Amino acid sequence: MNFVEEENILEINRVVMTFGGLMALSNLNFQVKKGSIKAIIGPNGSGKTTLFNIITGSFPPTKGTVRFKGRSIEHLKAHKIADRGISRTFQTVELFGNMTVMENVMLGCHTQVRTSFMASGFVLPQSRRKEKRIRENALKILKFIGLADKFKDSADSLPLGEQKLLEIGRALASEPELICLDEPAAGLNETETHMASSLIKAINAKGITVLLVEHDMKVVMNISDEILVLNYGQKIAEGLPEDVRNSLSVIEAYLGVEA
Amino acid sequence: MLRIAKLPIVIFAVFIITFPWIASQIPAINHYTDIMVFAGIYCLITIGLSLFMGYAGQISLGHAAFYGIGAYVSAILTVKYGLNPWVCMCIGMAVTAAVALLVGAPSLKLKGHYLAMATLAFGIIVFIIFNEETEWTGGPDGMAGIPGLSLLGFDFSSVGRYYYLVWGIVLAAFVFTVNVIQSGTGRALRAIHASEPAASAMGVDVSRFKILVFVYSAVLASLAGSLYAHYLNFVNPSTFDLFFSIKLLIMIALGGMHNIWGAVIGAGLITFLSYEWLYYFEEFEVIVYGAILLLVTIFLPKGLAGVPGIVKGWFRK
Repeated sequence: MNFVEEENILEINRVVMTFGGLMALSNLNFQVKKGSIKAIIGPNGSGKTTLFNIITGSFPPTKGTVRFKGRSIEHLKAHKIADRGISRTFQTVELFGNMTVMENVMLGCHTQVRTSFMASGFVLPQSRRKEKRIRENALKILKFIGLADKFKDSADSLPLGEQKLLEIGRALASEPELICLDEPAAGLNETETHMASSLIKAINAKGITVLLVEHDMKVVMNISDEILVLNYGQKIAEGLPEDVRNSLSVIEAYLGVEA
Repeated sequence: MLRIAKLPIVIFAVFIITFPWIASQIPAINHYTDIMVFAGIYCLITIGLSLFMGYAGQISLGHAAFYGIGAYVSAILTVKYGLNPWVCMCIGMAVTAAVALLVGAPSLKLKGHYLAMATLAFGIIVFIIFNEETEWTGGPDGMAGIPGLSLLGFDFSSVGRYYYLVWGIVLAAFVFTVNVIQSGTGRALRAIHASEPAASAMGVDVSRFKILVFVYSAVLASLAGSLYAHYLNFVNPSTFDLFFSIKLLIMIALGGMHNIWGAVIGAGLITFLSYEWLYYFEEFEVIVYGAILLLVTIFLPKGLAGVPGIVKGWFRK
């Protein structure tokens, strides 16, 4: 474990989310320690992605608060939350398929460097300098995720494994303090899964807090500092990987109760 | 990086500069300079529309309204109040920007067909206003006596001079738009086109960018409208009807929506078709446009601007 300090970067307090009559999350409380890797697991439909969407501002919770670095963010729109330092990937890859690998990462730098419409239209020197900085930054990230030699390819043309890596790279480009990864290993083969795990560890080693939704238990058990288990929108277990592994309620939720 | 090659822009500029001279040497196409003035005016609209539709992935069926607002503001303020045409042009753009902001803020929350319907309705409403507000607009009869343009004693009344004025503005707008496309702003627009959730998760203020481009394209249309009014010295509502909005769509579909050059090629071709080559079809002109739209969407989804890419593909095999 490499906690920078015993401080919570993210606090979820009494969050409730209902869609019509369906309760997707009911009264959820948990914290993420700064500098840690926290995994959220649970059967399909247990509310994991809903939780991610609330944290990253796709929609506000019905009730409850989300505090990031001590300030509540649950009312903010997605782009404002990105500005605050939370970045994410998507369960089904949401790359910009009409752009190159490089451009995808460059777009990730959007929060860091912003040019006005007029400045870009008149190609003011400042906007040119910014572009140069973004390009250098993007290339560094591509080297980090191992896709530097494919920078010119269209994002659509990459195999799924590399698309997933690229999504992580794009999320990193915004220099987040918290990165939310929605099933980074889904659909990957064993080698790719291994690469994704070590990448997540490397990201965490840079001091970035990782919040992870994942079904691949090997990945989860290997890299997480803490695990939260959801079932039907409720927390059924939370703690260290070895504790969660042996928790009876978790086994029940996944495998059912013996008759 | 999305790079738009500079050489074609230079060649294009040279073509535009020399065109009136070439046309004047060949008696059969003597009058083409006049048609090119209209081509330039339409081109100004399609450049903005290309950024809004092709790059940002939105849709508008109401740009004829912005074109009309520009034309009518210029017409009313010069004819009824005797204001300086250049000032009227700027007021027209400011009014259009305000209207676009008002219309865009709520309607750009809509997507796809719904956005198309909202902009369509807006276009129809404005068209009705042009027709019914007889005291201001002259109603269906239109307004005559709109003065021509002159600057510091230099008179733009001849076709040749007006041609250079219009195409000078078009070139400036084209270069400006190309710069936007190649910048971080252009990247954000294309990101919105590909995936709005991902774009906003990366910090792109999606609704702000959409409104920004909508207003920009509306302002260009307004400027085009003013140029049209001062060139013809006359406006009437039928110029700004729904069919014109659709014609603009055909222009950028034919030229190629995902490429800024498509806006130029499409506007040029459709202008010449409607002013010159389809003359004999008279009322059946519409059928030809329908056929063009159908054929292009089936066989050339990237429009004429996509043809070089297809040809290159053949040679690679």
